[in-house]
Amino acid sequence: METTLIKTVNLTKTYNVGEIDVHALKSVNITINKGEFVAIMGASGSGKSTLMNLLGCLDMPTSGDYFLDGINTSKLQQNEYANIRNQKIGFVFQGFNLLPRTTALENVELPLMYDRLEKVKNHQKQATEALKRVGLGDRMHHIPSQLSGGQQQRVALARALVNEPSLILADEPTGNLDSVTSVEVFNLFQKLNDEGITIVMVTHERDFAAFAKRIIEMRDGRVIRDAKIKDRLNAEEELKKVIAEAEIAE
Amino acid sequence: MKAKIILKVATRSIMKSRMRSLLTALGIIIGVAAVVVMVAIGDGAQQKVEEQIASLGSNLIIITPGASNSGGVNRGMGTFNRFTWEDVDKIKNEATLIKGVTPIVFSGGQVVGGVGNWFTRIQGVSPDYLEIRSWPLASGEFFTERDVMARAKVCILGADIVKNLFPNDDPIGQQIRIRNTPFRVIGVLKAKGQSSVGTSNDDIILAPSRTVGDRLSGDHMRIGSIQVSAISNDKIPAVIAELKSIMRESHKLTQGEDDDFTIQDQSDLSETATATSRILTILLASVAGVSLVVGGIGIMNIMLVSVTERTREIGIRLSIGARASDILVQFLTEATVLSLSGGVIGVLLSFLIAYLLNNYTSQSAYIRPQIIMIAFGFAGAIGIFFGYYPARKASALNPIDALRYE
Repeated sequence: METTLIKTVNLTKTYNVGEIDVHALKSVNITINKGEFVAIMGASGSGKSTLMNLLGCLDMPTSGDYFLDGINTSKLQQNEYANIRNQKIGFVFQGFNLLPRTTALENVELPLMYDRLEKVKNHQKQATEALKRVGLGDRMHHIPSQLSGGQQQRVALARALVNEPSLILADEPTGNLDSVTSVEVFNLFQKLNDEGITIVMVTHERDFAAFAKRIIEMRDGRVIRDAKIKDRLNAEEELKKVIAEAEIAE
Repeated sequence: MKAKIILKVATRSIMKSRMRSLLTALGIIIGVAAVVVMVAIGDGAQQKVEEQIASLGSNLIIITPGASNSGGVNRGMGTFNRFTWEDVDKIKNEATLIKGVTPIVFSGGQVVGGVGNWFTRIQGVSPDYLEIRSWPLASGEFFTERDVMARAKVCILGADIVKNLFPNDDPIGQQIRIRNTPFRVIGVLKAKGQSSVGTSNDDIILAPSRTVGDRLSGDHMRIGSIQVSAISNDKIPAVIAELKSIMRESHKLTQGEDDDFTIQDQSDLSETATATSRILTILLASVAGVSLVVGGIGIMNIMLVSVTERTREIGIRLSIGARASDILVQFLTEATVLSLSGGVIGVLLSFLIAYLLNNYTSQSAYIRPQIIMIAFGFAGAIGIFFGYYPARKASALNPIDALRYE
């Protein structure tokens, strides 16, 4: 039984740049169910980042409706927007976006601080568990500059997970990582997805999109292709292959 | 967010750039310390003046000749430029609420005796003098009313005179010559120290008023003032009214004529004496206050830089669910914590400066608790006032732009 998590109805976003109107998003209708792993692809300027911003409640559509978990977000106030970002969405960015000079643990605790419902009483315990989930139980007191790119992205992922959101939004999550580390991150994504977490990610590379279950391609603010992935890659197996190749190269 | 968490976040980010925070707070530190120290110096001076006035004697009322104003024209010494023995006797006989009255007959001159000679003030007073001025004797005894009426040639020496003329001997019973008139020393006053104008109180010889008036002053005999002691502090206004009517009667002033004398009590004296120091305190504190405001501008400056520098951090916080108000409160708290901790250090610094002033200089500084509260209040208010604009700017950021900011 599949339940709808994301539903957009004629979602449109127009930017006013001086005299010209830029139609970044033109009447997009997509539906994403719980438990899906969707890769959004497209050239720059295709509207995929705009779509991500709207899905992430960072921005408001010019027209159209966006239902997240049954809530029509277009009718919400700024503060309710902030609550949705806090409760229902976890972000993973290309540039990691961790607070500098702040330990991994404190970074992961951050979303709990802004939780007005105070679901979680023991912030430290919850954050520790999130870090263990991404395999960083031994790096909790390191600051970002002491961590590798892959580790930083895993801290960011732990931060996204800590409030137990319905949706993880990843914007080019491996854009700053080498291929081995990238596959490691996708391995983690697939595991989390197997545990039932819905993931929507934007990526440039077709190879990486193959780790998802479904692919949405965009061009000029419209969805031009929306299809299930037939030959889905298993990140764990890919990882073994990549490592083996690396050993041969040596 | 809970207040505790807000404070934790604010202190954490302040501690992350310690040097910068210290330098930012320095403006407030110096400002607060300057205000507190300036006011403390003013209060210290005022306290000293009050102590000295209290040392004049308890419930002292002083009558001086000459009206301060007469029908708009200051006639000053016109009609009555001196008091008479009758004025003093009339007060003594008719005033009901007084403990004592003494004329002060001023004179002065060369005194010869003991090991050398000395130029000093000589005051002719009544036996009530000691009580009026609350000035005890160190040894010997004071003269009596009979000595006054008999114009006895006896005298009481101040501590400085003893030091200069009788450094080794007991002066009691010794003869001294005041302007060639021989006097017998019958008592010695206790040392009193410096007066409010810096001269010594102890450089004085007291003698019976009529003796000084008739034997030393001659034609120039003048009762410089009449000093009266009220029976209690709250009776002072009544005593002043009583003295006024007695003096008017004694000087035969008709209704409508202005007083030809001035009556002052201690509060008048202390008011005159402290008015100047108060004005100076206000002036100094205002200048110090300006430096406090400059310190506040320093905080605003750094907070603005900090907001720009931390645009990304603001974006991150917004993206994980912070509200605009959370960001506003965070930056406002940072500014306030900065200025308040500057205030704490400033107050501690002012205590140190006050301690140094009191112990290593002649300047006395007294820090009133209210001043500390006011300085704290000001520091906090400055933090909020100058922190608001940068905080407002931070909270108005759009999350997408903030996240993209390089």
